[in-house]
Amino acid sequence: MNKAEILVIGSGPAGLKASLSAADQGAGVTLVERDLFLGGQLVKQTHMFFGSREQYASERGFKIAEKLTAAVEEHPGVRVLKGAAALGYYDDNVVTLEMKGRVVPVSYDAMIMATGAQENTLMFPNCDLPGIYGAGAVQTLMNVYGVLPGKRVAMLGAGNIGVIVSYQLLQAGVEVPAIIEAAPEIGAYHVHASKVRRMGVPIYTSQTVVSAHGTDTLEKVIIVKLDGSWQPVPGTEKELDVDVLCIAVGLTPLTEILFQAGCEMAYIPELGGHVPRRSAVMETSVPNIYIAGDVSGIEEASAAMVEGTIAGLTAAFNLGYGRDSYDKKIAAANLELDALRKGPTGEKIRTGLQNLKRTVEVRQ
Amino acid sequence: MRIQVHPILEFKKGKKISFTYDGKTVEGYEGEPIAAALHAAGVRVLSHSRNFKRPRGFWCAIGNCSSCNMSVNGIPNVRTCVEPLQDGMIVETQQGKGVIGGVPGE
Repeated sequence: MNKAEILVIGSGPAGLKASLSAADQGAGVTLVERDLFLGGQLVKQTHMFFGSREQYASERGFKIAEKLTAAVEEHPGVRVLKGAAALGYYDDNVVTLEMKGRVVPVSYDAMIMATGAQENTLMFPNCDLPGIYGAGAVQTLMNVYGVLPGKRVAMLGAGNIGVIVSYQLLQAGVEVPAIIEAAPEIGAYHVHASKVRRMGVPIYTSQTVVSAHGTDTLEKVIIVKLDGSWQPVPGTEKELDVDVLCIAVGLTPLTEILFQAGCEMAYIPELGGHVPRRSAVMETSVPNIYIAGDVSGIEEASAAMVEGTIAGLTAAFNLGYGRDSYDKKIAAANLELDALRKGPTGEKIRTGLQNLKRTVEVRQ
Repeated sequence: MRIQVHPILEFKKGKKISFTYDGKTVEGYEGEPIAAALHAAGVRVLSHSRNFKRPRGFWCAIGNCSSCNMSVNGIPNVRTCVEPLQDGMIVETQQGKGVIGGVPGE
């Protein structure tokens, strides 16, 4: 059977950093990526990152992906398997992969799950019409493959993804008639929101899409105002002629294999849904299974990179690597995480992590 | 429907090739996802749902959701949002579950 000392599933910001930090400590890493290229969703991020130098602040996401990918591919301690999708977990530390139509079992000593997340959908009449796409999907089509999603694109959701993708649509020459947000407040960082507003895109808060219309593909959506209890206000319906509606209403962690492995999970809305319980150094309730990035709770890519570092260091440490430098490196990473999560923008994640800890206390 | 100039990005395209979509010849770039090539050519309906035969396009574009499944070279349920385009591919709109090995799925 294929053997991996540390098996890392997923090569987004968390998986890349986990691979590098574990391999730097001397452990042998096998990095598995279902796509044919590394980088996860970083490859479509054209905006510049915040944070400090450790998280590549002021660099664009796709440039960070290029750097980390090169470092991983040049690292003698990392074996990279692309086009390899993790299918399932088996007892005795085995995961099966699908590679070129074949099922390949791999056994591991430690596994780091960095599978990321999937985009949430929203239910309304005709929400399945072609032309209604995830905001991330539009970003992929446009920023990775250079294909325009449509001529007039409405955005549903004014969180960071909704607002950033709206700006990228404008950059590509697409008309964005409106950003629609059900909440009374804009969720995105103000620096992003004011940028699209300056370019003339209105952000309608306390409004939502009630239905979509079109013969075979999207032609228009009906939007409506919401009252204080999130109910549509009759008579406020407005038509918006668009050929694409982007849905940017959050993400859900991709936790299937963690459930299958029997990791203890808790439902924490602030973290995006079901997430695994974890120690302070990213180990789940199942020994030798670690987590990093969006699978552990929806957060920015900068935090995913730090979590990847922590998971990689710890997995290596528990296999006997990097005993001398571990404490110092973990302390440095924890300082970075604290810095990223401080202030009002970090409130949601802080609450989510606190609530996750609380569920554990209640259960015990 | 392709971006010609972009303030930040440069797009590295493969060589121009042609493939068949529902019997018609369509052009695209080698290696890009099939769904991207179709979208650039104005095709947004990729399949019809199993029970109500509703038109389906892609949703996630990263291989998660299966909304973009089509028949490619006679094989159904190919995730066209991640499957690289190759010269001469035969791509067909999928009806329902598709047909595996010539045995109808429904």
